Amino acid sequence: MANAALKRRRPKYLSLAALVFQIRLPLPGKVSILHRISGALLVFPLAAWLLYLLDQSLASEEGFNHVKDHYLQAPLAKAGLLVFIWAYCHHFCAGIRFLLLDINQGIELQAARRSAALVLAVSLALTAYFGYRVW
Amino acid sequence: MVNRVIVGAHYGMGSWLAQRITAVIMAVYSLILGFVLIEEGPFDYAEWQELFANGWMRVATLLFAAGLAWHAWVGMRDIWMDYVKQDGLRLALQVLTVLLLACYLGWAVQVLWR
Repeated sequence: MANAALKRRRPKYLSLAALVFQIRLPLPGKVSILHRISGALLVFPLAAWLLYLLDQSLASEEGFNHVKDHYLQAPLAKAGLLVFIWAYCHHFCAGIRFLLLDINQGIELQAARRSAALVLAVSLALTAYFGYRVW
Repeated sequence: MVNRVIVGAHYGMGSWLAQRITAVIMAVYSLILGFVLIEEGPFDYAEWQELFANGWMRVATLLFAAGLAWHAWVGMRDIWMDYVKQDGLRLALQVLTVLLLACYLGWAVQVLWR
């Protein structure tokens, strides 16, 4: 029997590879886990980095010019800025979607899938726009 | 008739609500700051310092930082509770999170009121 065969393979242990390659999350699931990952990245290290930049840029004119003309011109710093911009935009857009879901807006399956796609698209578009301006 | 609640103290509700309220505060601040940066930028040092010397800007930024600390505490606590099963390790990570967020807040005050 198919049921018995299924039962024998339980419990099923998932490796990290299985989590990444075998389980295909639906789009709202991807938005959700990216919301969590971007949130964690924003807490550490991005918030610390931004506070450092704000500190340096407000401390003195030399600090400001150093951050603007040297520090942030380095490719690594620009890449970091791009990661920050994406994380902020994604967390912002996905957060608004979750707030709307909380007040029962767009909770039907089709609407939820559409809004998830919209969140991914808008946050990537915003990242491209702000990234372009930064570069 | 005694109205007894027997399914817990609902402490989670306060955190859940706080996370959403702080999210709205931070979103409003982000939109305003983003608008100012795009409209008024690029800044030189004098303009940049003037922007953050403004009393309202300092208070709003401090409100943002406090909202962020509270919001991030709820979020990071959720992450540790979901993925870290070992009690001692989870407690240690939660304490580290609180310390980190408290440092951010102290640093933000120092940067704003120099």
